[in-house]
Amino acid sequence: MIQKISVLKAPNHGIPYIGYTQYTRFFSEMNPQVPQRRHESNTFTATEQYGDKMLIEIKNETRIFSFAAVGGKAEKNGPLGYAFDYTDESERFSQKTWESAEGSMQKIALSMALGKRNMTEKDIGVLLAGDLMNQCTASCYGLLSFDIPFVGLFGACSTAAEGLALSAIICDQSGSVCAAVTSSHFCSAERQFRFPLEYGGQRTPTSQRTATASGAFITGRTNEGVRIKSVMFGRSVDSKIKDINNMGAAMAPAAADTMLRFFSESGMKPGDFDLIATGDLGAEGYSITKLIMEQNGYDMGEVYDDCGLRLYDRKRQDMHSGASGCGCSASVACTSILPDMLSGKLGRVLFIGTGALMSPTSLQQGEPIASVAHLVYLEG
Amino acid sequence: MKVDEKYEKFASEHAAKSPLGKDCFFAFTVGGFICVLGQAFSDIYTLLGVNEETVKALVPVSLIFLSVLLTGIGVFDKIAKFAGAGTLVPITGFANAVAAPAIDNKAEGYVMGLGAKIFIIAGPVIMYGILASVIYGGIYYIAGLIPI
Amino acid sequence: MEKILVYLSVFIVGGILCTIAQILIDKTKLTPARVLVSYVVGGVILTAMGIYGPIVDFAKAGATVPLTGFGYSLARGVEKAIDENGAIGILTGGFTATSAGIAAALVFAFVAALIFRSKPK
Repeated sequence: MIQKISVLKAPNHGIPYIGYTQYTRFFSEMNPQVPQRRHESNTFTATEQYGDKMLIEIKNETRIFSFAAVGGKAEKNGPLGYAFDYTDESERFSQKTWESAEGSMQKIALSMALGKRNMTEKDIGVLLAGDLMNQCTASCYGLLSFDIPFVGLFGACSTAAEGLALSAIICDQSGSVCAAVTSSHFCSAERQFRFPLEYGGQRTPTSQRTATASGAFITGRTNEGVRIKSVMFGRSVDSKIKDINNMGAAMAPAAADTMLRFFSESGMKPGDFDLIATGDLGAEGYSITKLIMEQNGYDMGEVYDDCGLRLYDRKRQDMHSGASGCGCSASVACTSILPDMLSGKLGRVLFIGTGALMSPTSLQQGEPIASVAHLVYLEG
Repeated sequence: MKVDEKYEKFASEHAAKSPLGKDCFFAFTVGGFICVLGQAFSDIYTLLGVNEETVKALVPVSLIFLSVLLTGIGVFDKIAKFAGAGTLVPITGFANAVAAPAIDNKAEGYVMGLGAKIFIIAGPVIMYGILASVIYGGIYYIAGLIPI
Repeated sequence: MEKILVYLSVFIVGGILCTIAQILIDKTKLTPARVLVSYVVGGVILTAMGIYGPIVDFAKAGATVPLTGFGYSLARGVEKAIDENGAIGILTGGFTATSAGIAAALVFAFVAALIFRSKPK
C-alpha cells in the first residue's frame, strides 16, 4: 500500500537521524533556525512500511546472486588480483580511447556476471550504472549494446553501494531482476580530474589512486547468494576540505555520519558485524573515520576495514593512501567480500560506499568537496 | 549537512606529510644535474664554433627536445615522480607541460584537442611571463625617456 | 680546475632554485602550476631589479635553465628590443627572446603527439 506521508519534519522533532546531537566534535548541529514552513509542503510518496525512518528494510528476500569484476594492471598485481574475473594489462580493453576503455570494462563485467548464471540481458528488468566521468559516459556508451531499461547513477565513488541499494529496493518492490554496474579507470579519471597522463608530477602521501576496475552485481528475489537486509542512503556532507589530494579526509565525515545514523536507528553496534567495509577512504580517511566513530562512542575494533586499503599492496605498489574510484569498492566487493560471504567466512557485513562529489570547476571556484556515503547491510 | 569549521584544520594536521628531506634531496640533485647538462650543451656548442647568441637559444631547445622525447616514451613522469621540483622547475618541466597534453588530447582531434589543450598547463607560464615582461618593458621605456 | 668550479656553481645554484620550489610545494598550498608562474614572474622582477644578472654571470646554466631563467630572458629581451626599436619593443621583446624555446616546445610536442600515444601508469 502506498500513501503520502511527510518525510522531512522540523529539525526539533522526529528527525530521522537522531544521532546528530552526539556529534560533539566535528559535526555542527543542524541549523535550528530553518523555518518550519519550508518543510510543511515537502512531502513525497513512500511505502507505508518505510515510514519516516531512513533505514530502508528490504522485506522480501533479495539477494545478490551473481557478480563479476574486471580490472587493470595494478589491480591484477595487487593482493586481490587472482580473484578478478578478467584483467587487461594494457588497460585499453581493445578500445582506442581511455573513455571507451572504461565503457568496455562495464560491458565485460556485466556480460560475465550474466554468463555465470547462464542469463541474458532479457532476464534483467532494470540496469543501474554509473561512473566518475562527466555525463556518466562510460556507463551509457559502454552499456549501449544491452537493450534494457537503463538508469544512470552519479554518486562518485559511492556508486557501487548506491546501485546495490537502489537495486535492492526495486527488486523488493517489483520482483524484477536488477543489474548494478559501476566502473572507474585511472587514465580517464586522471585526464578529467587532474593532469594529462604523461605529465610529470609528484603525488602527496594523502593522494589515492583511481582504480582501473569495474564491478557488476545482479540482484533478485531468490534464495541463493548474499542477502541485502537493509539499505540506508547518506546525506550530502560539506566536508570543508578543498584539497583534491586528500579525498579520504573529505569523505570520512560522510562515512561516519551514515554509520552513526545506522547504528542509532538499528540499535546495532560494530561488534554485531563480521566486517564493516567503507568504500575508498584510504589510509587517511580510514583513520579519521575510526577516530570520529570513537568520539561518538563506537569502538570499531577489528571488524572495520576499507576497500581502498585492500585493493593494492600500498608499500610494494607505491600507492600512497590507497585506492579510490567507483571501481574500487565494486571490485573489492566482487573479489573479496562477496566470495567470503558465500563461503561462510563472513556472516554480517556493512558495505558503505563513500563518494567525494568532486567537481574540478567548483574546486577552482573555491567550493569545498561535498561527499556522501551509502550503506548496504549484507548477510550471507 | 555541514561539518564543523575545525575539521579542515584537523584534517590538514592529521594528513600524512610529504617526506621533505627526501623530496629536497632529489629536487636538488636532479635539478642541479639538468642545469649541468645545460651547461655541457652550451660548452659543446661553443667548442663547435657556434656563435654566442645561437648557443643561448640552442641550449634550451636541446633540453626541450630531450624532455619531449622522454615524455613521449613515457619515462619523464617516472623520473618526475621522485625528482619533483627537480624536473619541474628547469625548462624540462615546461617542455613536459606542453608535450603531455598534446599527446594525451590527440584523441579529441587536432584542433580543439591537441591544438587547444597544448597550453592547458604551460599557458599560464607564457601568459604571466609575457605580462610581466611588458610591464617591465613599459617601466624600462619610460625610465629611458627621463634624461639623467 | 676552473671548469670544475664553473660546473659546481651551475649544479649548486640550479639545485638550490629547485629545492626552494620543492619546499614551497611541500610546505605551502601552492600548486606546481602556481610555483612555475611565480618563478617566471619572479625571474622578470629579479632581473629588473638587477639581482638576477649577477647570478647568471656566476652560475650560467644553473641560473638560465630553471624557469627563473625564462623570466630573465624575457626581461633582457624586452630591454634589448626597446634599446634597438623604441616603444614597440615593449610588446615584441619578450616573445622575441623566448621564441626559440616556445616554438621548439610546440613543434616537438606536435611531432611527439603524432608518434606516441599515452600509456597507462
